[in-house]
Amino acid sequence: MAKILMKGNEAIGEGAVRAGCRYFFGYPITPQSELPHYLAKRMPEVGGLYLQAESEVASINMVFGAAGTGARVMTSSSGPGISLMQEGISYLAGAELPCVIVNMIRGGPGLGNIAPAQSDYFQATKGGGHGDYRLIVLAPASVQEIIDLMQDAFDLSDKYRNPVMLMGDGVLGQMMEPVEIGDQKPFELPEKPWAVTGRLRGKEKRLINSLYIVPENCEVHNFKLEKKYTGIKEAEQRWEEYRTEGAEMVMVAFGTSARICKSVVDRCREEGLPVGLLRPITLWPFPEKGIVRLVDSVKSFLTVEMNMGQMVEDVRLSVNGKRPVHFYGRVGGMIPVARDVYTEVKKIFNGGVA
Amino acid sequence: MHEGILIAGFGGQGVLSTGQLLAYSGMVEGKHVAWIPSYGPEMRGGTANCGVTIADSPISSPVVSEPTVLIAMNRPSLEKFEKVVVPGGIIFVNSSLINIKATRADVRTFYIPANDMAEEIGSSKVANNIILGALLELTRVVTTGAVEKSLYEVLPPHHHKMIPINLKALEVGAGLVRE
Amino acid sequence: MKKVFERPKSLKDMPFHYCPGCTHGIAHRLVAEVIDELQVFEKAIAVAPVGCSVFCYEYFDCDAYQASHGRAPAVATGIKRVLPDRVVFTYQGDGDLAAIGTGEIVHSAARGENFTVIFINNAIYAMTGGQMAPTTLLGQKTTTTPFGRDHKLNGSPVRMSEMLSVLDGTAYAARVSLHNPANVTRAKKAIKKAFEVQIAGLGFSIVEVLSSCPTNWGLPPLKALKWLEDNMLPYYPLGEFKKPAEVI
Ligand SMILES: Cc1ncc(C[n+]2csc(CCOP(=O)(O)OP(=O)(O)O)c2C)c(N)n1
Ligand code: SF4
Ligand SMILES: [Mg+2]
Repeated sequence: MAKILMKGNEAIGEGAVRAGCRYFFGYPITPQSELPHYLAKRMPEVGGLYLQAESEVASINMVFGAAGTGARVMTSSSGPGISLMQEGISYLAGAELPCVIVNMIRGGPGLGNIAPAQSDYFQATKGGGHGDYRLIVLAPASVQEIIDLMQDAFDLSDKYRNPVMLMGDGVLGQMMEPVEIGDQKPFELPEKPWAVTGRLRGKEKRLINSLYIVPENCEVHNFKLEKKYTGIKEAEQRWEEYRTEGAEMVMVAFGTSARICKSVVDRCREEGLPVGLLRPITLWPFPEKGIVRLVDSVKSFLTVEMNMGQMVEDVRLSVNGKRPVHFYGRVGGMIPVARDVYTEVKKIFNGGVA
Repeated sequence: MHEGILIAGFGGQGVLSTGQLLAYSGMVEGKHVAWIPSYGPEMRGGTANCGVTIADSPISSPVVSEPTVLIAMNRPSLEKFEKVVVPGGIIFVNSSLINIKATRADVRTFYIPANDMAEEIGSSKVANNIILGALLELTRVVTTGAVEKSLYEVLPPHHHKMIPINLKALEVGAGLVRE
Repeated sequence: MKKVFERPKSLKDMPFHYCPGCTHGIAHRLVAEVIDELQVFEKAIAVAPVGCSVFCYEYFDCDAYQASHGRAPAVATGIKRVLPDRVVFTYQGDGDLAAIGTGEIVHSAARGENFTVIFINNAIYAMTGGQMAPTTLLGQKTTTTPFGRDHKLNGSPVRMSEMLSVLDGTAYAARVSLHNPANVTRAKKAIKKAFEVQIAGLGFSIVEVLSSCPTNWGLPPLKALKWLEDNMLPYYPLGEFKKPAEVI
């Protein structure tokens, strides 16, 4: 099949359109702007709507409104904007509304900068907004994978009635890579018997709501959510393993950092160092099963992230003290350099000396 | 093979589209390719640059921080990026617009008056392709055939009449560095 | 020989990062000249927005804050309530002030917060790459209105100065433009008045400054000024919408 060269941000837009998303609400922010630019043109072509909101607070609540009617809907932003959306995201999770939220992470905290980063891992996987809730978080590492995961993002959100976040960074959004998109497949949206569409033909009353004023009821609601999350943890962990067979050390990295680690693995293997990579594709649920499968045969782990050490906590929880878990990170918009990661690997192999 | 090519100049010099053409050509040949622009407030000063990676194996970071080839279309680009080229790498200097010399002794430097030569063959718009021609001749990173094929894909049909002069520019550029 | 032009003392001696022909630089100079002339440099505190002028905290040599997108008026409220005798001003773009920060600006005016707002209306989100702003004109093409701003889809551009002038807490509201020298002089007068209103403790003051963005309008600098004159002036009338009796 013929390949085309596509920008990551545009791939998100095309992937969404192909997954049947017809509503986009958003507010401009770098480094994801090519996505709204793309959809401002593309949505009208497929009879969809691109609407620029006055803020991210408004965007996410527009998403709340549209999702409640059963539409496939999405929004997109970066760090500061995603922070503003947290209240709305908590409401979406509480009301169990499906939608897709894209975060192309930039350097933080505060205004930080617009260079690539992975420092919103905690925010995405540990809550972010108030209350006990979870997002399904997907982390693509190539433009092709962005296209493929957009379909999964919408499907998972409908399947579990839960918001899904796609996390990338400025590198993934800005880069162009060859992709195969193929022909548009016909899609069928699932039935949404809970959607609020008016009581046409005397239909029963429906309500989109996250208010449970009686504590007993709110607890029941939380138990129900927890049951859903447990099911997701059981069924949806995804990861890629790269040259982990016979590995004594396994690097754990997602997205852009994982791309860099792959080349480090190749270099190590060429030199006879038994190193592999585990790349989480779902950040929540974290691919604990992948780690557990490796933990007995591996001597140590090295987590590489573009932050000061966030996912490493989940790696440590999964390893559960059985093996040392090391960390290497670059922050503030800096990208790990393969040579430096390699030096770190060698250092660990040599018992801590370079 | 693993070439990291950094193309830098003023906004409006077409450096981003030249990079895309190169990446497209690599894709046509079945190679691994990635293209990434500089983005953000950097653009405000009026400069533009992009990195193109063409390789036989999957590309880790698309950011070209240590280029094997630098194409400097204006003076600030040469001054800014000369130092990051890998030893043994190549620097192309657009000497139509850059009146200084590169200072590195451990790289190969080629001075090409790209704008003037492009004018000579009939269009200042193909200046980048003069240098691209020289690049292909020296590195063989992609074939001229692949570039020709890609031009038909990346240029909108009403610009296809520009393809012959683009190819001419590649040929002229290649001739300059052919021993 | 008498010097007829020199850099205002309140402006640091360094090159602006703005594009050639951008009027942000002129607006900076006017504010700095006013601060010099009113001799309030030591008391001045600037609040920078998020937008192309985010680095104005580097250029104004007075003390400064950098606020989150749209919240500069809330930050200024906090400063002024603690330090009522300082001269506090925000410098905000149209996306910052009239979209994401609408709540903060309206309520600062409603409370009659005694600070000054310099509001740069360039009908575009410049910093993020030329998207539609709330002030983008009908029919104007931007990266998010590729077919031109459509009233049905996006409503009509907002006139902030008129809107804010109906609030009791607003003491001074004016709209000026930077498209030619005569108007630059008028703009400076308005900015000076706004600061005087603050110094006299009369309440909220705002000067809306029609500005050009050659880069995102896709026009050379002079054509951009002409575009401003031809297209923005008819929709955004210049003048003072509210002024206190006490001030000149
Ligand atoms: C919460 C949040 N959302 C979005 C952004 C991205 N952003 C930066 S500047 C800007 C708009 C700037 O436009 P304007 O206020 O008109 O200023 P100009 O650049 O035109 O001077 C936006 C949306 C941000 N920094 N923070
Ligand atoms: S993008 Fe526009 S507003 Fe920003 S500095 Fe350039 S001309 Fe000025
Ligand atoms: Mg603006």
